[in-house]
Amino acid sequence: MKLPRFAHLTTLLLLFAVGLLLSACHQDEPQPWQLTNISGHMPDLSFRLTNDEGKTVTADDYRGKVTLLYFGYTHCPDVCPLTMAQLHVVMQRLGKLADGASILFVSVDPNRDTPAVLHEYVKAFDPHAVGLTGSPADIEALTKRYRAAFTREAGKSDGSYDVSHSSGIYVFDGNGKARLLATPEDAQDKLVHDLHLLLGPGSAP
Amino acid sequence: MPSRLLLLAIGLLPVGNLLAAQADHVTATEAWIRLLPARLPASGYVTLHNTGSSAATLVSAHSATYGSVMLHQSSMGSGGMSSMNAVAQLVIAPQGKVTLAPAGYHLMLEQVSRALTPGDSVDITLDFADGSHLPVHFLVRPANATDPQ
Repeated sequence: MKLPRFAHLTTLLLLFAVGLLLSACHQDEPQPWQLTNISGHMPDLSFRLTNDEGKTVTADDYRGKVTLLYFGYTHCPDVCPLTMAQLHVVMQRLGKLADGASILFVSVDPNRDTPAVLHEYVKAFDPHAVGLTGSPADIEALTKRYRAAFTREAGKSDGSYDVSHSSGIYVFDGNGKARLLATPEDAQDKLVHDLHLLLGPGSAP
Repeated sequence: MPSRLLLLAIGLLPVGNLLAAQADHVTATEAWIRLLPARLPASGYVTLHNTGSSAATLVSAHSATYGSVMLHQSSMGSGGMSSMNAVAQLVIAPQGKVTLAPAGYHLMLEQVSRALTPGDSVDITLDFADGSHLPVHFLVRPANATDPQ
């Protein structure tokens, strides 16, 4: 009666020890990412929108590129341009590797952000930037897919208005898999470091 | 009529002399504008130092180059939501400084009246609570600039 019970306890202890060892092994394995790893937590990149040249594009058009998805709007004078300017610096720091990346600036203000305005806007920041717009329903579907939110604020007397919006940058690999999330608080070095890993030789396209 | 105006001006002079105007003890550095294409609203940034012994309160700003200049603040809310709010006034403590910089306080500049290019200088006048003014030259920088120079 006592022996099986003892054996049972031993088994439990053994399992516990193995578990500890396994978790220790996992901790020894270096976590390469400095940004928030969202692999498996966010759906693959998928959309059908209009680019800043007026062409209909889908996520498939960016397969093979590491994409940086950012939601913003052109009438945002402070935070959006700051983020885009910072992404430009990141692209410069990546050098030739940056040619394997695309910055996808998705407008959360499709009423005002025509492809023409978006074109002038994104090109003022970086040659790797693409402006995307679409129907309000398509834009909303994409923001919801990544649990990003936006709200059109009350209009001002001159008819203009501001849009509050999520400020994260979602990074997808060349297969359209969600990989990393950068927040405005994250240091630029982290983005450069992680993009080096995603874009560098040996990384799966 | 001109002589009356002159008399009026002379009559007002002592008031200005007795109370040092707020603008008189504020200096502005690192004044720049992030220029955006397509006449989109832009942002003006500046660092204001109060060298005086009393507070200076910035209440508004105006410019011949922009039809609308507004004091705004960007803020990061819960869940990483970024939003922008109008600011009624900005107090610069005695011997203190206030920085208008990206992702914080800024001048929202709208209705530009002339074509601007990076390198241009734009005059923006800062208005203080006591009615005094501080004209400041802002350097126009490209959209993708990250610093005042």
